Amino acid sequence: MSMGFNTIAGAINQAIAEEMRRDETVVLIGEDVASGIFGVTAGLIEEFGKERICDTPISENAIVGCAVGAAMTGMRPIVEIMFQDFLTCCMDPIVNQAAKMNYMSGGAFSVPMVVRSPGGAGIAAGPQHSQTFASWFMGVPGLKVVSPSTPADAKGLLKSAIRDNNPVIFLENKLLYFEGGELPDGPNITIPLGQADVKREGTDVTVVAVSGMVPRAVRIADELSDEGISIEVIDPRTLYPLDTKTILASVSKTGRLVTAEEGVLTCGLGAEIAALVSEQACDCLDGPIVRVGTPHVSYAYNQAMEWATIPDEQDILVAVKKAMGCE
Amino acid sequence: MKQDFKLTKKKLLGKVPALKLLKRMLLIRRLEETLGKLFADSEVKGFVHLSIGQEAVPVGICANLGDDDYITSTHRGHGHLIGKGGDPKRTMAELFGKIEGYCKGRGGSMHVADFELGVLGANGIVGAGTLLAVGSGFSAKYLKNDRVTACFFGDGASNQGMFHEAANLAAVWRLPVIFVCENNGWAEFSPQSSHQAIKNVADRAAAYGMPGVTIDGDDIEAVHAAAADVVDWVRDGRGPVLLECMTHRWQGHYAGDPQPYRDQDELAAVTQHCPIERFKKMLIKRKTINSDEFEAVATEVELEINEAVEFGRQGTDPDPRDFMSYIYAN
Repeated sequence: MSMGFNTIAGAINQAIAEEMRRDETVVLIGEDVASGIFGVTAGLIEEFGKERICDTPISENAIVGCAVGAAMTGMRPIVEIMFQDFLTCCMDPIVNQAAKMNYMSGGAFSVPMVVRSPGGAGIAAGPQHSQTFASWFMGVPGLKVVSPSTPADAKGLLKSAIRDNNPVIFLENKLLYFEGGELPDGPNITIPLGQADVKREGTDVTVVAVSGMVPRAVRIADELSDEGISIEVIDPRTLYPLDTKTILASVSKTGRLVTAEEGVLTCGLGAEIAALVSEQACDCLDGPIVRVGTPHVSYAYNQAMEWATIPDEQDILVAVKKAMGCE
Repeated sequence: MKQDFKLTKKKLLGKVPALKLLKRMLLIRRLEETLGKLFADSEVKGFVHLSIGQEAVPVGICANLGDDDYITSTHRGHGHLIGKGGDPKRTMAELFGKIEGYCKGRGGSMHVADFELGVLGANGIVGAGTLLAVGSGFSAKYLKNDRVTACFFGDGASNQGMFHEAANLAAVWRLPVIFVCENNGWAEFSPQSSHQAIKNVADRAAAYGMPGVTIDGDDIEAVHAAAADVVDWVRDGRGPVLLECMTHRWQGHYAGDPQPYRDQDELAAVTQHCPIERFKKMLIKRKTINSDEFEAVATEVELEINEAVEFGRQGTDPDPRDFMSYIYAN
């Protein structure tokens, strides 16, 4: 396999282009997707034209609702919702229509649709352009939820999401868009949904990190290895269905668990994984489960306040020490 | 040169098509009257919303659609499904919660859907079908398969933001969608005068840049003729149309609703608008049919409904342990 190098934004762009070449029922629908906010979809209009790269009015309900109806009638739409905060404007077509359609029609209609949306704080975008909603969607039966942290994962998972016959919520991170990484060449390289990836092997503490927390957790793993602490970093990549097997196997090995997410801790990914481990691997635990995430608050515009809110490497470090009982 | 949309003159129907429309209306009427009773007897559960009195709208519209064309429906959706050619047996089986039902017992009254007939589902969320219609309109235009979508919604749904977004997007993309407003004057328990400051929902069409017309929705020949004009226009790629059909809801918001909020004189007089009785009288007066021919159709319908009820009642109960199936498509 030959290897290239690209950013996550570039990887997502490639995934969309390759799948559109492969399947003419794939279209991209969203606000200003022809121009491409954050540059993610830039240039696609030149190859695919406005029939397939569809700029819409500022109407999130209509964007997703249109995609649901199109998916029910033979298309594979990719939707872009410009900021995850705006997903609140189209919860009905996502939750009541797309997610429930296959179930409530007894399998008569499926909804092969991807909703892509960037989230995350750190650019002084203020309370309504910064949030991360991954755990909301994990609780909706019928949806699959993906949140990649590397260019290779973003590309391979997005391609699988587009080929999947179910609605997939594909959550991107604004600050990660321009992180570089290796990217295998070739239009048929996909990563199956529902498989975690061990980003760093270790024996002392398991850190289950997602999205923007993954590179931070890896840096802490590097730093602590100098102190003789061996951290295993697991990126679930798909949040539903969650690869519980890989997480449980790791905790069985290390006996200690830290979770790291950018979203609010209340009813979050960490709460879910902590409950999973408590229920299924309690006897393996040698210390308390420690969660890292945003406290019960929005993100302030003031950047010092904003960064005080966002969980960072120091928070992960403190959590690891706490999990090891050496506060 | 831009051509303005105009309705052509109402055409009088001959015996064969007239009896066909009468039969479809009667099927809806008798299916729903029977459902009302089954619900009162607790054989049918949950929420059931009856469209008795509104039968001319789905029947007149769907008579102009092919099996390949799409419809989106509402919580008051049995008439739309049967109007599109849906099977009373599978409808009843669904209402009884059986495996033979349209949704294998997982949907019930508010979600009946038929893939083969392009029925994209009744919908428990008021106004949500308008967005799905934009989607099927989008796919038809993109795939160039010449299909149109008839999107049924009510005066109540016309106040949802979803309707506004759907109508605007359908117009700006010139999608083959017919927005069929069944204006029955009621949004659940609220009269139209308390929920919008206009009398005709069609007035809103101009704001989206699409034609809007209002017709007597209890006159099946008027609906049938208008639908023919609108379907031609939309199939021709000239963009969406809002066709408002003024009609009457005889029953409450849901089966069993005692309607204390309704003027009792208005309610008592509502049956004078009966689309079936009006059409029957007209046809007999015109000597298009005689009363024996009407009775023959009514008898056929009676048999079909009785058969459907028995089919539903005798259907197979799903294994309760199977409740986790169909969450995801393969």
